[in-house]
Parts: sequence; structure tokens; C-alpha cells
Amino acid sequence: MTTLITNGHIIDPANGIDRVGDVYITDGKIAKIDLEGSARHVEKDETIIDATGLVVTPGLIDLHVHFREPGQSAKETIATGAKAAAAGGFTSVVCMPNTAPSVDSPSVVTWILEKAKAEACVNVFPTGAITKGIAGEELAPIGSMRKAGIVALTDDGHCIQNPEIMRRALEYARMFNLTVMDHCQDYALVGKGVMHEGYWSTVLGLPGWPALGEEIIVSRNAQLAELTGTAIHCQHLSSGGSVRILREARSRGVPISGEICPHHIALTDESIRTYDTNFKMNPPLRTQRDIDLLIEGVADGTITVLASDHAPHCSYEKEVEFDQAPFGILGLETEVGLFLDILMHKKKAISLARFVAMFTIEPARLLGLDRGTLSVGAPADITLLDPDREWTVDKEQSFSRSRNTPFQGWQLKGRAVRTIVGGETVWSS
Amino acid sequence: MSAATPVQQKSVTASKDAPAWTHKDLVGLEDLTAAEITHVLDTASAFKDVGTREIKKVPALRGQTMVNFFVEASTRTRVSFELAAHRLSADVINMTASTSSLTKGETLKDTALNLQALHADIIVLRHSSAGASKFLAERLDASVINAGDGAHEHPTQALLDTFTIREKLGRIEGIHVAIIGDILFSRVARSNIHALLKLGARVTLVGPSTLVPHEFEQMGVKVTHDLDSVLPDADVVNLLRIQHERQRKEYFPSLGEYTSLFGLTKQRAERLKPEALIMHPGPINRGVEIDSELADCSRSVILDQVTNGLAVRMAVLYLCAGTNPKRG
Repeated sequence: MTTLITNGHIIDPANGIDRVGDVYITDGKIAKIDLEGSARHVEKDETIIDATGLVVTPGLIDLHVHFREPGQSAKETIATGAKAAAAGGFTSVVCMPNTAPSVDSPSVVTWILEKAKAEACVNVFPTGAITKGIAGEELAPIGSMRKAGIVALTDDGHCIQNPEIMRRALEYARMFNLTVMDHCQDYALVGKGVMHEGYWSTVLGLPGWPALGEEIIVSRNAQLAELTGTAIHCQHLSSGGSVRILREARSRGVPISGEICPHHIALTDESIRTYDTNFKMNPPLRTQRDIDLLIEGVADGTITVLASDHAPHCSYEKEVEFDQAPFGILGLETEVGLFLDILMHKKKAISLARFVAMFTIEPARLLGLDRGTLSVGAPADITLLDPDREWTVDKEQSFSRSRNTPFQGWQLKGRAVRTIVGGETVWSS
Repeated sequence: MSAATPVQQKSVTASKDAPAWTHKDLVGLEDLTAAEITHVLDTASAFKDVGTREIKKVPALRGQTMVNFFVEASTRTRVSFELAAHRLSADVINMTASTSSLTKGETLKDTALNLQALHADIIVLRHSSAGASKFLAERLDASVINAGDGAHEHPTQALLDTFTIREKLGRIEGIHVAIIGDILFSRVARSNIHALLKLGARVTLVGPSTLVPHEFEQMGVKVTHDLDSVLPDADVVNLLRIQHERQRKEYFPSLGEYTSLFGLTKQRAERLKPEALIMHPGPINRGVEIDSELADCSRSVILDQVTNGLAVRMAVLYLCAGTNPKRG
């Protein structure tokens, strides 16, 4: 059984490919990349996908999603989250462990992997909690969870406050070659903050979440990564100051990296004027100055990974008083459009090849996943992009169980048009 | 409003060029124009007379139901709204957080929809969350009046403060108002800033640097931490209640130090202009933000504020409920 994706613009940053060609898939793996325009010998059971005018990339990876299972299936399930991922162009996702119960034991890891195998149309890679119950106090059984199949550690949604516990966790994680991903938030500084501390929080009378609350933990993490040698990946960076800290540490070779999410470069804290809880996420929307510095960080390579922080919540949970609403918004189906539109089309901060790298080989290398390339023999996870296609966000078309997006009605340029996992098309527009 | 009352006629005469009031709700003063604020104050002037009559009641809202929905504790604002509604002949129900289903996990939206299903015409909401009144106003056909939402706005308090200044000094434009105390957490301060600036007053905020962040300057006010330098130039000092016992421990060291730096003592008050007004939204901490004698002195208009609050709330209820197109 062979599939041929023909005449597409192949961009495979891992192999330095950026030109028109054909991709052959056999038995769910990449069989051949033909850039020479060789005459084809058509097999009788061959499926041909015409990619003329499209971009063919390794399957995109989102290393920051919340699929809510086990325990919160009213918000999202592994099955619905995976469909949303496919519709956004993603062939692999890394899901966060703040479920109910949290992923802090090998049995929950196994449960997620079995559920994903049975129900998910994309690859689902689980992470494990660093500490039991994501409580920041005692180490979770990291070695056992590694054996069960976690790809990284994180207490996402929470942040280990005690630097001694964080230090020992990093030292311990090194044995298993696990990257530690951190949600950077100092609880004392942030307090009950629900939006960026600044002019708009002052006017609106909402408790402020100062940028310092993130920066001080990024700073701590840079020092701990340097001390322990364990890679720390700072999740969903929102503050321009965090980029500066990251840039300085990386220039000295400290194993620290960072990701940004589309909302943090698409929206400012002024959006909260209407008290619409679809603009409430953690960390919060910040200022235009922060947006400019985050984009600068993407352009100069300080920020290496793009991700969604896809965080579904039920309408009835979000439709409450602003300070009482849960943090987070949907992301999987809008992020390719938002990032292409902002980073490539509007700001011209990165090339299409760099965009693809930030969604493929960068996250794959960071976590040691055997994905993100079109190398011969690799799993045939492939995304077809139309980087110039204009489209309008319609949340009612979403595959997610939830509808919490601030981007309803936005007109974007660029999107995925087909998603192929293990050689099979799991979604096409 | 179908029943023409003497009050309505007087209010129309008093401001015949005033714009029509078009809001079913009063969520905040940030959204109002100077003309709209003036219209409320003019309407309140007309209603103020009602309180001095032998029969202290007009039929303006007869047959309408007002729910005083106080999710956060309050006495004087709740009583003032209740009395205002009675004077307008509305029926009044009082609900607090402990008597509502909010304690059973019902959402604010569901609780409010239930009130609407009982045909409540006006909901007066006091809530600890900023934006709560706007949230309800967008979802209900009933008129929603903000009686204080977190640290956001307390529009009727600022309207009664503005009314009192206008009544005592004859104007708002060009008046210099110093607002003193815990500005960061104060909805009274924010609503006053909006009203006073729109009406052409100058505003200076005074308090500890932790409680008066400089972000406020972007709203168009001055910020200072030196009370003595402000007093000689102020036409009005509005002292906010200072709280230390519950949640402000990291913002300033003690009430004693607060008083020494920002309390309006008798000695400090000598720096005030002779005609300057002393205001306070209450309840007063005697001896903390203000010396006890000053609270009772002739320059203090603290009790006038309370009296005027009734007239202002009557005006707000009358205008919002009277122009609500959604009400069946």
C-alpha cells in the first residue's frame, strides 16, 4: 500500500529540504522523498494526493494541550481533543497532567495511552506530574512514569514554589533524560491576580497578575538549569522580560528554552475591558510592548517552540464573574492560522521554513520524540498547509467539546488543509 | 413612564435641554457622558424635595419590583436603595448571598435568571467581583443597577458625592477634589474619578505609594503621597475608609502610621481653605482617617451625603426603570 503526495512544496527543516517534490509513503512510513521530478511508476493500489500549490511538512506537534481526561470529560475528551488537533493540522500532541486525578502515577499514564490508542486520531504523548497531585511538595514516581511512557515532566497549571524541591526534581529527572516543562508563576507575587497588572487592571478594578510573577521564576529556572544540567522548558511565556532572561541564559549555553502561545501575541490586556472571560488565561494577556518583545524573541531564535495551551472549559464554567472564571481558551484549531498570520504575513518575523521547524523538529528534539521529520523510515505523519488561504474562525465548526475562544469571527491568512497520521488522512478541509 | 408625576414634570422643567436617558442599566460612570451625569443630578434635585414632604412618596414605580441583591455585605447602600424604592412606590425584596442559592453552588447567571422569571423589574447588585453588574446587565431584560462591584465602580456613591459638591459649592467644573486613602481597592474612588473628570473637576489622589499606584495618572488625575501639600489647594477632601485588619497588611505597616501620614487631623485641617468640604462615604473610622471632631464639624458634609444618596438613588431607579425598553 503506497501513497504518493505529489508536486507539493516540501519543507522538512530537519533534513534541510525546502523545494517542490514528491513524498512516497509505504506501510505508514516515509518511503522516499523525490526532489528530482523522476518519472513515476504508478502502482495499481497507489493513492495519489495532489499537493500542487500546497506546502508539505512533517506532521505538526503541539507540545502543550489539555485534553482533560481522565476526570473532566465535560470539557474535552482525548477523542474530541485529538479531532480538534487534526483539524488544526497537528499529528502529535503532548498533553498536560493536570487532570482529575492528575497524571502522577504509572497507572494513569497507561490509562491515557490505552484510551488514546483506542480513540485518538492523532498521536497523544502524555506528560507526568513532577510532584504528587501537582501539589509542589513530594516527587511523583518519575522513573515508573517514564517506563509507562511519559515524554516530559511538568506541573503545568501549577508551579513548584520551593526552589529546593525544584532543584531535586531536576536532578532526579536527569537520570531519565526527561525535559522539565514549567508553568512559571510565583504565587506570592501573583496572589489572586486574574489579569495583567497595569493600567487596565487599575481601571477595571481586577486583581493584577504582574509580569514579575513570571519573570522571577524564569530567572530561577535559568539558574537551576545551569546548576543541574537538566533542560527546562518555560511554558506559555507572556512577558517581554522573560524573553530577555531567556536570551541571556541561552547565550551562555544554559539548557533552557521557551514557548509562546498565539493569544499572547494576538491580544493585549485592553481586551478585558468587556470582562469577557474568553480573554482570561494564565498567564494573562499583557501589553503591546510585551507582544513586540515576544515576537522579537521568536525572530532572533530565543523562543524556539510555538504551542497552543489548548485549554477547553464548558460554557457554563466560563460564563461567570470574571475573577471566578477558570483560566484558559481553546487553541488547536486557530493556532496555525494565528501564528502564520501574525508571525509570517504581518510581522515578517520568521520564514515559513522556520515556522515549520518551530512546530516540528524543535519540539521533537526538545522532548526526544521520533517525530517532526520526513526522514526515510520515519512515521508518515504529514501536514499539508496552505499558507496563503484566507479563512474565518467559526467556533461552531470546532471539533472540541468546548467553545471558549476569543477569536470568533477573526479573519486569518494561512491554515492546514490536510492532516496525515501514520500514512492515513485523519482530516482534510 | 406612563404616570406623569409632579416630580417628572419638575425634572423636565428643570432641564429641558437635557438629553433623553437611554440606559436600562447603571453599571458604571465610565460609560456615561457629562450630559447624562448632569441629567441624573438634575433629576435627583427634583426628587430631593420629596423627602421633605409630609407624604414622602410618589407613585413613579408603582407596580414594579426591585430586588436588592447583595452578594457582598452592606448596610447603608442597601438601606438607601430600599428606601429609595419605597419612596417611588416599588415593591422591594432583599436577598443576600447567604439567603440565595449562590451558597449551594448556583451560578450568578442562574440566580439572576430565576429572579427574572419572577418578573423582577430592577436588580440592584452588590458583588465582590469587578464586572459582575455588567455581566448581569448583558444577560437580563431587567434594569441592573450597580451598587458596587469589587474594586471597579460604585456609581451611585460617586453620583451622590458629585451631587453634594454641586449643591454645596454651586458647580463641579474647576473644583479641585482630593481623594485620600486606599485608592487601589476602592470602587468609590474610581467612580468619583470618572464623574469628576467628565464634569471638569481636577482630581488629586493621595495615599501610601502601595495603595495609590502611578497607573492612575493615565486616567487623567494627579497622584501624590504628600497630603500636607495638597490641602491648601483643595476645595473638597474625600476621605476613604481605610482597612487594615482584613487584607492590607503588606500595603502599610499600621493604622497608627497611616494616621500620622494621611489622617485628616485637626492640625492638618487648618491648612484647608475655610470653605473646603470634608466628605466621607462611610462608615467612618473615627480617629483613623479623620479626627472625630472634624467628622462632626460644620465643614463636614458626611450626613448630607447620606441624605443626598437617597435622592440620587431615586433618580437612578426612576431613569433606568422608566426607560427600559425590554421590560414587558
